[in-house]
Amino acid sequence: MIEVNHLTKQYGGVKAIDHVTFKVNKGEIVAFLGPNGAGKTTTMRIIAGFVPATSGTAVIAGFDVFEKPLEVKRRIGYLPEIPPLYSDMTVSEYLTFVAKLKQVASKEISPAVENVLNKCNLVSVKTRLIKNLSKGFQQRAGLAQALIHNPEVLILDEPTVGLDPHQIIEIRDLILNLAGEHTIILSTHILQEATALCQRVLIINEGHIVAEDTPERLSANLRKSEKVNLVIRRGSDEMINEIKMIPDVINVIVQSKEGGDIWNVMAEYPVGSDLREEIARIIVQKGAGLLELKAQTLSLEDIFLKLTQEEPANLNHGGAA
Amino acid sequence: MRNIWTIAQKELRSYFYSPIAYVVLFIFLMVMGLLYSNIVAAVNQASMQMMRFQGGMGQFNPKEVIFRQSFGNMIIVLLLVMPLLTMRLFTEEKKMKTSELLFTSPITVFEIVFGKFLGALLLYLLMLVLTFYIPVLMASVTEISWKAVLSGYLGLLLCGGVFLAWGSLASSLTENQIISAVISFGFLLSLWIVGFMGQVFSDTPIGTLLSYLSLISHFENFTKGLIDTSDIAYAVGMIVLGLFVTYQVVDSQRWKS
Repeated sequence: MIEVNHLTKQYGGVKAIDHVTFKVNKGEIVAFLGPNGAGKTTTMRIIAGFVPATSGTAVIAGFDVFEKPLEVKRRIGYLPEIPPLYSDMTVSEYLTFVAKLKQVASKEISPAVENVLNKCNLVSVKTRLIKNLSKGFQQRAGLAQALIHNPEVLILDEPTVGLDPHQIIEIRDLILNLAGEHTIILSTHILQEATALCQRVLIINEGHIVAEDTPERLSANLRKSEKVNLVIRRGSDEMINEIKMIPDVINVIVQSKEGGDIWNVMAEYPVGSDLREEIARIIVQKGAGLLELKAQTLSLEDIFLKLTQEEPANLNHGGAA
Repeated sequence: MRNIWTIAQKELRSYFYSPIAYVVLFIFLMVMGLLYSNIVAAVNQASMQMMRFQGGMGQFNPKEVIFRQSFGNMIIVLLLVMPLLTMRLFTEEKKMKTSELLFTSPITVFEIVFGKFLGALLLYLLMLVLTFYIPVLMASVTEISWKAVLSGYLGLLLCGGVFLAWGSLASSLTENQIISAVISFGFLLSLWIVGFMGQVFSDTPIGTLLSYLSLISHFENFTKGLIDTSDIAYAVGMIVLGLFVTYQVVDSQRWKS
């Protein structure tokens, strides 16, 4: 549905994005994840046809953004970071105007407006001036605007920014409901949002895509070793040594000793060899009182920090699928 | 065509959503009314004096003086008012980031530029229609030449079009409404001043060129009841030029943004 090839955008001498390449299939929800200034907005603006790229191509629903901009724009709903609202209009006036702008046929304009008012929970405020609405309603009006012509592709730039937790959940539910019908690209710097909404994550940093995969696989690929955290009631050095003796164990570290005997221990072993059973057996045989055994998983947060802080070069092959 | 109309309608409405339309219409009509009654009073006095001292009116035609003075005044008031109509056309879109909506909609830059111009022109047309009580009032007390009135109004319409086109250009250049208004005052006053410069350099090719570029000389013909194709061509040419440059500016800003 969306095919982006070596997209580059230069401002003066600075490259905002550099050879960005990715693909989004029909019906997929994909998240752009990256710190502020990474190039998320620039990429989305190019796909939406707001700014032209310096080089590279973007093809949406079979049409090239640069060669057939009007065809692409007919098929795209775009919610910019700041919702493009005319504050002096009422919500229905605004949506009617957008419907005309998006070339919805005259007869279908009022059903289309009704439809998005319902979808976005805006019925109760439809006669109010946009400038008098709360941030949450304004954001929903922005989303309604992107949906009004029932586009195949939705591009949402930070759709939940500035909302309270309740509103965030509402907007997320709305986006999840839209999945399947529409192909959605959204950008965010909130990690749990990407995990909650998207099948696939593109991590972008300093204008480069540094990783691209499902959140689960990203986590698996980036782990160099498996780690388990243990809490033991009656820890002893003897027992730690015995765990160290298990073949393949890389390292065992006593992290802390709470209130006398309760030890927090971290054991590390290579990816692929699951030694949790072995470790547990040793502790239980010693009668040391195994209180907790938990495998560490890399959260999206850790992945994100890893990818955006380390050298991008050695991570490129880690994620690109 | 439908797209142009969508934009024009939206612009026209937004003049009335914000108080701009009401304020401009009110002030414009009030000032025009004051100036008109002032001219009538002055002409009245002058003709009475002439009758007393010279025993006749001779060449003096009070109706023509009233018309030409009124049209002349109107164009000066417009010079001050029109930048207020155009100052927010593009600045507001950029400031409120609604330009992102326009430029990602299936509509061309030409349609946006021309639609906005048309919206402003329609409001201006309403302003002109509302001043029409002046000739109607005069016609109720004396006989007037409707052809001269209509020619004058055609002149106003075309000159106003030039003001609006160049005002749109000013508004495309900045994100600030006040700066936009100041720039368009600059444009419009320049169109005036080149006429004076033309007089200074008269008899030279530059002088002829400057006089041709001046708005006043073309507008005066209309107020005399002369409809000359070269005056019409001048006005249409200036409108097209203003809108063309606006188009270029708006289009190129997308490359930079």
